[in-house]
Amino acid sequence: MPEDDVLLEIEDLRTHFLLDDGVVCAVDGVDLRVRKGETLAIVGESGCGKSVMARSILRLVDPPGQIEGGRITLHREDGPVELVGADKRLLRQVRWRDIAMVFQEPMASLSLVHTIGSQIVEAVRLHENVGKAEARERAIDMLDRVGIPKPRRRVDAYPFELSGGMRQRAMIAMALSCRPSLLIADEPTTALDVTTQAQILELLRDLQAEFGMAIMMITHDLGVAAQVADRMAVMYLGRVVEYGAAEQVLSAPRHPYAQALLRSMPRLGRASRTRLAAIKGMVPPPFARPAGCTFHPRCDSAMTGRCDTVTPSRIPVGDREVSCLLYDDEQEERP
Amino acid sequence: MLGYFGRRLLYVVVTLWAISIAAFVIINLPPGDYVSTLIANAQAGGEGLTPAEIVNLRLRYGLDDPIFVQYWRWITAILLHGDFGQSFAWNQPVATLIGERVALSAILSISSLLMVWAIAFPIGIYSAVKQYSWGDYGFSFLGFIGMAVPEFMLALVLMYIGFRFFGASVGGLFSPEFQDAAWNLGKVLDLMGHLWVPILVIGVSGTAGMIRVTRANLLDELYRPYVHTARAKGLPEWKLLLKYPVRMSLSPFFSTVGWLLPGLIGGETIVSVVMSLPTGGPLLLSGVMSQDMYLVGSFIMILSTLTVVGTVVSDLALAWWDPRIRKRYKRE
Ligand SMILES: Nc1ncnc2c1ncn2[C@@H]1O[C@H](COP(=O)(O)OP(=O)(O)O)[C@@H](O)[C@H]1O
Ligand code: SF4
Ligand SMILES: [Mg+2]
Repeated sequence: MPEDDVLLEIEDLRTHFLLDDGVVCAVDGVDLRVRKGETLAIVGESGCGKSVMARSILRLVDPPGQIEGGRITLHREDGPVELVGADKRLLRQVRWRDIAMVFQEPMASLSLVHTIGSQIVEAVRLHENVGKAEARERAIDMLDRVGIPKPRRRVDAYPFELSGGMRQRAMIAMALSCRPSLLIADEPTTALDVTTQAQILELLRDLQAEFGMAIMMITHDLGVAAQVADRMAVMYLGRVVEYGAAEQVLSAPRHPYAQALLRSMPRLGRASRTRLAAIKGMVPPPFARPAGCTFHPRCDSAMTGRCDTVTPSRIPVGDREVSCLLYDDEQEERP
Repeated sequence: MLGYFGRRLLYVVVTLWAISIAAFVIINLPPGDYVSTLIANAQAGGEGLTPAEIVNLRLRYGLDDPIFVQYWRWITAILLHGDFGQSFAWNQPVATLIGERVALSAILSISSLLMVWAIAFPIGIYSAVKQYSWGDYGFSFLGFIGMAVPEFMLALVLMYIGFRFFGASVGGLFSPEFQDAAWNLGKVLDLMGHLWVPILVIGVSGTAGMIRVTRANLLDELYRPYVHTARAKGLPEWKLLLKYPVRMSLSPFFSTVGWLLPGLIGGETIVSVVMSLPTGGPLLLSGVMSQDMYLVGSFIMILSTLTVVGTVVSDLALAWWDPRIRKRYKRE
């Protein structure tokens, strides 16, 4: 994998919430790369920091959340830009033009008192020097492309006049209206029924073929990840514990947490009576992250004296990266 | 839409009709009637009325007609001629009495309202956006003081300060030399010079309350996903705040804006009494105390009408402001 393919590079990203009761390290040293035109799925139990990580990329974390450190590099046509330290002007430029976002609740993430069309037109005119009429035509065209019937009429509809699936399509139309190179989709189908979910995922795949943007698909549902992902990152307690090609991670996960997560998920084709193994133990409370490997209290392979003291770093295993001390030796043995 | 408001209008008419009956009953509640009051007044003045005069008067006012005929005469006089009857205590038409004060009441209410909005909206928005900042704490502190201090006390303190340090007679709305003068530039300026005190007094508690409401309503909206979307689109911060969460947070405001209507005429009684302002409130109060029934009944009629109209105005304002409401009306 040649490095000039990389579109977005996240290094040691840390986003913390400074609360009265202590500090919540929601994102605590995330390393990730998104390649041009590919789909990266971010999976993990809810609360592991996927959304906060995604918001950090566009610096959309509300206080008391704060990016404490790290680098986020976006490789644009005209050279790389760094986002953690970016000034407001650069940030506003990157938002939507380079990186757009789709959120979980299409009803809540669109303004209910503005028409769909006006919200798309606003985005287009914010980033491109086009007139109202032209932007409106673009909005209609986008609504058409995301499969909204009668786009010329729907452009003047309010979000509450559409069904959940149609709303999410409108949201996607808005997200792609400025031709971003990366689309971040944070649980875009979680609020939808199964049929609509499948339709939206298919739509995203089609649009990716058409527009060529990369997608960061955030989901707690391994099934969704399996359907769309080229590459996959498994997160646990604010860190990426395993990162690699999707089919490899799904078929033979290396990190004990990734293995447990896969065992706990119902799989297509697996007999429905097969017992699902729950991951043992509980997610630790947010203020008290375990020392060493944060997964060690729940890990079957934990090595006493090592896993509870040494924090594992990213270790290349084949063409994956795994943050687990079990694979430490392999690295050392390498020439 | 029209269907909905057509039905709405029908309810309004029925409500107003019921109110007019209530007002009429109140007017006729005290023992005696207009003519017996006239007789009493005349006797008190030492000039008795002859029985013929009395009969004439009773005929003229139709006091021996059936009650519903009297009601009909009363309500048609109001509707067709704006004639609300005669005030016993003032010996003037009620319409003249109230009319004189409506303009001043309205000027006072509207000016203090504008002051409240002009101060409260920006501060409320600031306090919500900068929640828990020093500025927010400071404004909250001032706001609580503003809400806690009774209006009459603030009025008295301001009048005292005005009198003691500026030698000004701050009571009333005019200096003695302009009291009965015809309107001219001097009188307008004199009015301005007096008006700021009651505006301030009335505005302070309103402003304090409005800041709290604006802040709370905006805080409800500020962290909603649609605000994130707007920010993610790359809008400048102040623009997106005004266009999205602030706009949403104003819906409750529009749904109550019509309730301000009755206040334009009858509000702020205590402040007006303390500062001897010639507004509607004290007139109503004096009418109640002297059993000036036509005056009181008319007030009730007018205030109730304004309240009912105000509710409709609120509904219209909200429909204009919020497409969700508009569409619902259209469907109904
Ligand atoms: N506004 C907030 N205040 C305090 N803690 C927060 C806030 N938002 C998120 N967190 C913390 O960040 C962690 C990660 O949240 P999130 O990224 O939403 O998880 P996910 O999207 O993976 O379900 C949560 O465990 C939560 O404790
Ligand atoms: S580092 Fe140790 S505790 Fe953590 S996942 Fe690997 S084996 Fe388990
Ligand atoms: Mg989430």
